[in-house]
Amino acid sequence: MKIGVVVFPGSNCDHDAWYAFGETLRQETVLLWHDSASLEGADSVILPGGFSYGDYLRCGAIAKFSPVMSAVKKFAADGGLVLGICNGFQVLTEAGLLPGALVRNASLKFVCKTVPLEVVTTDSPFTHQATKKQTLKLPVAHGEGCYIAEDRVLDMLEAEDRVALRYVENPNGSMRNIAGILNAGRNVMGLMPHPERVADPLMGGIDGLTILSSVVHAGVAVSKA
Amino acid sequence: MSENEITPNVIANKLTPDVVASHQLTPLEYEKILSLLGREPTLTELGIFSVMWSEHCSYKSTRIHLKKLPTESKRVLQGPGENAGIVDIGDGMAIAFKIESHNHPSFIEPFQGAATGVGGILRDIFTMGARPIAVLDSIRFGRLDDETNGPRNRRVLEGVVSGIAHYGNCFGVPTVGGECVFESSYDGNPLVNVFALGVFRHDEVFYGKASGVGNPVIYVGAKTGRDGIHGASMASAEFTEESKQKRPNVQVGDPFTEKLLLEACLEAMRTGAIVGIQDMGAAGLTSSTCEMGSRAGTGVEIDLARVPQRESGMTPYEMMLSESQERMLLVAERGREDVVFAVFKKWGLDAVAIGIVTADGMLRVKQNGVVFAEIPNRALADEAPRYDRPHTKPLRLAPLDGPPIRSKNLKADLETLLSSGDICSKRWIYEQYDHQVRTNTIAGPGAEAAVVRIKGTNTSVAISLDGNGRYCALDPREGTKLLVAECCRNLSTVGALPIATTNNLNFGNPERPEIMAQIVESIEGLSEACRFFDVPVTGGNVSLYNETLGAPIFPTPVVGIVGTLETSLPIGIPFPKAGLSVILLGAIRNPDTREFGGTQYAKVVLESLWGVPPKLDMEYEKRVQATVRELVRTRLVESAHDLSDGGLAVALAECSFGPSNIGADVRLDSDLAPELLLFHEGPSRILVSAENSAEVFRVAQKNGVHAIEIGATLKARVIISNRNQVLLDGRVDELKELWSGALEHLLHNPVLV
Repeated sequence: MKIGVVVFPGSNCDHDAWYAFGETLRQETVLLWHDSASLEGADSVILPGGFSYGDYLRCGAIAKFSPVMSAVKKFAADGGLVLGICNGFQVLTEAGLLPGALVRNASLKFVCKTVPLEVVTTDSPFTHQATKKQTLKLPVAHGEGCYIAEDRVLDMLEAEDRVALRYVENPNGSMRNIAGILNAGRNVMGLMPHPERVADPLMGGIDGLTILSSVVHAGVAVSKA
Repeated sequence: MSENEITPNVIANKLTPDVVASHQLTPLEYEKILSLLGREPTLTELGIFSVMWSEHCSYKSTRIHLKKLPTESKRVLQGPGENAGIVDIGDGMAIAFKIESHNHPSFIEPFQGAATGVGGILRDIFTMGARPIAVLDSIRFGRLDDETNGPRNRRVLEGVVSGIAHYGNCFGVPTVGGECVFESSYDGNPLVNVFALGVFRHDEVFYGKASGVGNPVIYVGAKTGRDGIHGASMASAEFTEESKQKRPNVQVGDPFTEKLLLEACLEAMRTGAIVGIQDMGAAGLTSSTCEMGSRAGTGVEIDLARVPQRESGMTPYEMMLSESQERMLLVAERGREDVVFAVFKKWGLDAVAIGIVTADGMLRVKQNGVVFAEIPNRALADEAPRYDRPHTKPLRLAPLDGPPIRSKNLKADLETLLSSGDICSKRWIYEQYDHQVRTNTIAGPGAEAAVVRIKGTNTSVAISLDGNGRYCALDPREGTKLLVAECCRNLSTVGALPIATTNNLNFGNPERPEIMAQIVESIEGLSEACRFFDVPVTGGNVSLYNETLGAPIFPTPVVGIVGTLETSLPIGIPFPKAGLSVILLGAIRNPDTREFGGTQYAKVVLESLWGVPPKLDMEYEKRVQATVRELVRTRLVESAHDLSDGGLAVALAECSFGPSNIGADVRLDSDLAPELLLFHEGPSRILVSAENSAEVFRVAQKNGVHAIEIGATLKARVIISNRNQVLLDGRVDELKELWSGALEHLLHNPVLV
């Protein structure tokens, strides 16, 4: 599987995603510059964490206008796999690829710590290697990770089994403990925690590999489905 | 002589003594300027001299003493004098690291002061070509529960922490450790010292040299504004009521621009078109131009009209002294400017040729053809005054003997210590810092020492940052030696071999002989210990005039030492399981009550300071370090933690605060009074747990180190007895709750607010 990691000005987890997919999981992994409208033939696209455009205006609000995002939108519409991590999740909501919004943490402070999460659905290319209700320990590192949406949106996400991950211990005040969601086509996922940070035992855990290798093996899973 | 040969051709109004004095230049220093120039300076020149000759930039009070420090070893590739020191770590890789203070700005505007402190030190690292991979900070404040100053101290702490978080998190460098201390002496003068470390290959190193006559001088990064004018000279004066009004002197940071600047600079360096590069730190344009010229023995001529500006109507004086952040000056190979411009354009940053390298050794500043300053670079960078300031006996306010030491309740004492500001968990602080970004952090905040791996190699780098104002107030020389020992011990405890040192000397007014004596003694202690432990000093920072309304801070040298180890899963502080032997390397020792006067027990329980710091036997210390390093590297121990603040009892409690709440049943056999036995802070002691104690004894004996088995780990409780008398018996969960929630309690206690 060829993985493309988008680099916005201010992305700072781009290298981490590149390393986890490229070095740890040994996949062909390329960095995609935000100014280019080409995805260079990537089979799945990662929008990494960081502070794209300095988080000016709102997190992700400027990144959505990057040329690469029109390519990503088309790619997603055609069923391509798009995974937005942290700032990438914020970009996906701003770009309208995922519903809801991510606002300032309830604590009003940046929070970086490892938290337990429950895998809510395994019916997705991003979580098919997990088991339902499995607990994953993943780090969060964000100041604006509080997921909010209207009740009807939250109800719809739950009814359509589109909540991918929930916090067991909610670090940011997210509604209904939501940590990650899917689009209607189930080919776009955004999550606030950082699976790429726990893909190596030296980093204190490998729970992130469950999600990353789901992506890598999604081709297989999807074609089986 | 035609008119335009008169240089500088702007003759200022005659400078009055008042104008000179307001630039914090003494009459003698002004005389020196007159003789170096052979004429009166212009106002712009006076401003330039005032900044370059400030204490902050010139080290004029300390330079002759700093020369005593050891600076060389076979690993040191670059010692003091550059933007950061460079040390070889094998595999063709090197690290660049340094510490900087931002004490004064952080008091005036805590958030921006601390944020720009982080920004400044990061630029020092990447200007050398290294990618920053770790930040640590050493921060000191007045007491949070102080009746008068508590509210302000809490506000300063919150501001400083969020400033560090704001800058480091956005820039994308992990903040992997540090220390935070509370002491009344920092009430009006907090200390914010930031350490940064970067990594690169040997062939990726760049220097701040303006080489090659005719090469273009290029300005890159953020635009210049009026912010931070005279920041460096502010940092070289005491605080008065007036300086609280100096808010515009504090710069404003933009970590997003800095991140772009990092990527653009590293990419531009890879093009091979860059000859030299330096960040614009204190007195931005001034220091970068004259230092780069001075190092290369060249001149630099710039035209201010070409400098990207954020506001209109700035005078040359203002532009030369502006401390606007996120700017760099570089010298490119003539004819290859476009390659450099293209890289900066890609990253959306200004890059403008503002001048050229000349042969005449002068810093020449023009604006629209008019010369506003013309000064020999060497006069600014190397001819700054150097003072051998008088020094007598170090200021010492503490008595030699203290109050009687008689505890009412040892367990209550332990609880008091665990919930005190210095010892309690700093979770509230470090959870605001991204300590994982770049996925190298093997051991982060709360560990004995921070450990970051170097990707692509089998090597990791360990870092320890430490200060102890109380020890140094009692004896600056011995106190500083203890710091070096402690840092090296911390590194050894995670299995690393200490290799090099950086330091931040925070002291009061050097013009007071008893303060100057503290500085001299501390530098000499640093020198002796760094020589002994073979950790040469590769750079550092001096922050003087840390006084508010005449009250100096405790003498507070902060030492940062780095070490290397083979990359592997870490051995941590917590006891991992019940039933292990608990062994104390270095044994109990035999302190007297005078050596107890600088301890945390004396501070927190007895609210007193007296005596002398704990005795250090460096020979023995080195053997203890070798022992624990071997034990950790060969995996003969399951956990390791050095005895430090709060002594044996606090160390045991901390070892029990792991995820499984494994405590210990410890049985001692000692003549010492229980208070001293439990809480004295003698160095050269490390607590380890092991499956096989015989192996630990074997290694200890081989190294000539005492090791005593003092007990065994057990679930949920910490029990310490001496000769069958139980001294204290506590539940781990209760102690842990006190320890982990104390800082938040101090910050948000409604009674205090």
